[in-house]
Amino acid sequence: MTRAGEIARRAFLVGSAAIAGGVAFGLYAVRTPHANPLLAGLADGEATFNPWVKISKDAITLITSHADMGQGVASAQALLIAEELDLEMGQFQISFGEPAAAYYNRAMADESLPLMATDERWTSESMRTAAGSLMKLLGIQGTGGSTAMSDSFDKLREAGAVARETLKLAAAEESGVPVGELRTEAGAVLLPDGTAIPYTDLAVKAATLQPVTEVRLREPSEWRLIGKETLRVDMVAKSTGTMTYGIDLDVEDMVHAAIRVNPRKGGAVKRLDASNALQMRGVQKVVEVTGGIAVIADNTWRAIRAAEAVDIDWDDAPYPAEQAQHWEAVAASFTEDRLDRTWRDDGAAEDVLAEAGNVVEAEYRSPYVAHAPLEPLNATVLVGDRHTDVWTGHQLPRILQQHVAAITGHEVSAVRFHNQFIGGSFGHRLELEYVKLAAEIAVQMPGTPVKLTYSREEDFAQDFPRHIAIGRGRGSVANGHVEAIDLSIAAPSVSASQMGRAGYAVPGPDLQIAAGAWNNPYKLPNFRMRAFRVPELAPVSSWRAVGAPGAGFIFDCFLDEVIHAAGADPMLERIRLMEHDVSRKVLETVAEMSSWGGELAAGKGRGVAFVESFGVPFAQVVEVTDTDRGIRIDRVWAACDAGTIVDPVNFEGLIQGGIVWGLGHAMNCEITYSDGMVEQSNYHVHQGMRMYQSPEIIVRGLQNNHKVRGIGEPMVPPAAPALANAIFAATGKRIREMPFDKHIDFV
Amino acid sequence: MRLTVNRVQYDIDVEPDMPLLWVLRDELGITGTKYGCGIAQCGACTVHLDGLAVRSCQIPAQAAEGSKIVTIEGLGTPEALHAVQQAWVEHQVAQCGYCQSGQIMQAASLLDTNPDPTDEEIDRVMSGNLCRCGTYPRIRAAVKTAGAKLRGA
Repeated sequence: MTRAGEIARRAFLVGSAAIAGGVAFGLYAVRTPHANPLLAGLADGEATFNPWVKISKDAITLITSHADMGQGVASAQALLIAEELDLEMGQFQISFGEPAAAYYNRAMADESLPLMATDERWTSESMRTAAGSLMKLLGIQGTGGSTAMSDSFDKLREAGAVARETLKLAAAEESGVPVGELRTEAGAVLLPDGTAIPYTDLAVKAATLQPVTEVRLREPSEWRLIGKETLRVDMVAKSTGTMTYGIDLDVEDMVHAAIRVNPRKGGAVKRLDASNALQMRGVQKVVEVTGGIAVIADNTWRAIRAAEAVDIDWDDAPYPAEQAQHWEAVAASFTEDRLDRTWRDDGAAEDVLAEAGNVVEAEYRSPYVAHAPLEPLNATVLVGDRHTDVWTGHQLPRILQQHVAAITGHEVSAVRFHNQFIGGSFGHRLELEYVKLAAEIAVQMPGTPVKLTYSREEDFAQDFPRHIAIGRGRGSVANGHVEAIDLSIAAPSVSASQMGRAGYAVPGPDLQIAAGAWNNPYKLPNFRMRAFRVPELAPVSSWRAVGAPGAGFIFDCFLDEVIHAAGADPMLERIRLMEHDVSRKVLETVAEMSSWGGELAAGKGRGVAFVESFGVPFAQVVEVTDTDRGIRIDRVWAACDAGTIVDPVNFEGLIQGGIVWGLGHAMNCEITYSDGMVEQSNYHVHQGMRMYQSPEIIVRGLQNNHKVRGIGEPMVPPAAPALANAIFAATGKRIREMPFDKHIDFV
Repeated sequence: MRLTVNRVQYDIDVEPDMPLLWVLRDELGITGTKYGCGIAQCGACTVHLDGLAVRSCQIPAQAAEGSKIVTIEGLGTPEALHAVQQAWVEHQVAQCGYCQSGQIMQAASLLDTNPDPTDEEIDRVMSGNLCRCGTYPRIRAAVKTAGAKLRGA
């Protein structure tokens, strides 16, 4: 790596202002585009105009480099290219492409800076530009932080437009008609006489031309696909069992592997006896891997059963063995020396609260939660003489290559990564352990492809869950309004834990301890928000929306308590306190949608919550009924503003599903440790929501936000506080700890 | 052992207690049926055994002998969708899609016996099928649309 690259690598994911002040890199490097990775594999007669479009005489291939774990970005990326390239959905094939610096994610930089999304001062925008340049320089290819649409929106439309104009130039040269008289439509260039020349017929000619780079993007009024109802490219396959996920792959001569790794994560193996397993039918080999063993067999079920039959004594975990100790460590961290950062200090919250007659005080808890996507972790690896091939679904392809190369001994560039459609991630597929273990097994089986499949139990045991957090709030009221809030949140650093495993240091305060608590664009008269950093406990990981589901729950529920203490209306007071126009409109919209303030039947209650995350202001109203069988969630109204909506059908579905996710985990999910091991082994004890509990969910997306934002996560943080606030409205019971079923029954 | 899957007969040599799920996936290469939990908690492995929706992770291979097994691949194909699959596509139900084979097989079985289910009946039958993406609102709508298609309504 170059010197600039090395400096930049160390400062990556800054978490502080280091990026604006400290890192300098040459303008030349920033302006020079990365090489087009499609050029290397180009066949005769194939044309490529940029890293996202390839055309042969038979097919048009669009590269959708962002990983698709169900959020629909393969389709949405293709749609953006097709919009400008004048393709209809169905006229092209898609590919995730190979890992390449050209697919760096500029938008991920925004999520690494300690800035409010609503802060658009030029100094802040300059920091975002600098951070984006760093992402380019390092070639960080990644999917996460709800950034795929913000990263892609301009870039992929431009890629489509460049391809379109170059194809028109090719048609002009072939036909002798001036470019200005040509049009494009449905995968063809149209001559003035109506003759249509399919793009595929122009591939050979286009391959000889320099791509046209001066292009004009279309006005929103000209859009055919963006914002319109389209059919997702993966929908038919996913409705017919014909979608091939990583777990379904069948590579020639492949063997099947299952692991058992120390459930005291990071602990060693003291003693093992695999003699029983080796006797079992179909078992070929038992090999050692980091922290445990792998069984190689001729069938997944045989491998899993044999792995369970290996007799192993596990060493201790490098973190406290009992859950109570984890909570004690968090509770003990509200100290000056563990103050990570004071995120807000508006007015004089400390002084006002010192003088206040009545102080509202409360403590909140957010537990460990598992990712547990329905497709268990899996990866197929073939270690050959000159290359390593990896087939799996992953969100960080180039970091994956580095880690695999370190295990198999091949050059990073000789690790060929074949990304797959993923059966759910929620953050799970940002982790590298499952790929590294598959590589460790495969390196002991050179020349033979090995498919490692986790049992569900192993997936739960080895998951790095969402971090735990405790929030302590103090608040006061005056003249029927909120006067002061002093909120402290203590949590271990998920960024340090996760990026540490990936090999990156994260200097500065952790953005995720306070995410969802400090950044809501309210103007409270007096507001202090401090984050305290708990020393590392059990390893933790990004769980859908990362810090905001925990900290957003703590902030919004405590705000609700103070509003109630003031005797104010929860909706009207939030609207009154909101100082950001786009966000206020979101609150007003959800109030209008839900007819907030109307009469409710007996036993019913409504709660509102607002949390901004990933640049998306999001408000939800939850309505519940207190029945004799417990709380029933009847209805949810959801309003947000993520700017231009690319795929409205997917937008609605994703938000509905994310609210089900947010509510379900708040109701009944937590991960706890005992004897150093996760106590929850499968879905019967980490249920989430079932269909009979699923409410009607009404969604509206406003489009006043001038930045295009992603919608994979921002619906999650408001769901839990809106539910807790609704339960309070219906029952008078304030629940300050997730999961709520520890304190109240649900139908 | 001889199994009949999607009207095709297969001779297989496996342990009698190997779950049908793994016979389908690893022995026969029929992978539309998914492994999610292995303990009948998620429903991703749902297939039809003599017309009834069952969790294939709980059916020993031996117990499936002599039965008519239908998987998602046998219900319909991309070129010839079953009414339930049509409804799933129309409503764009799938997100990650991993549970949907099981959801569709469960729904097809429900509608086979009751083509006009109430919300409560849909909830009762479909609640054993877990969807981590939370597509339940659209599943509910798609089941109703599929029922209408099957009734010719």
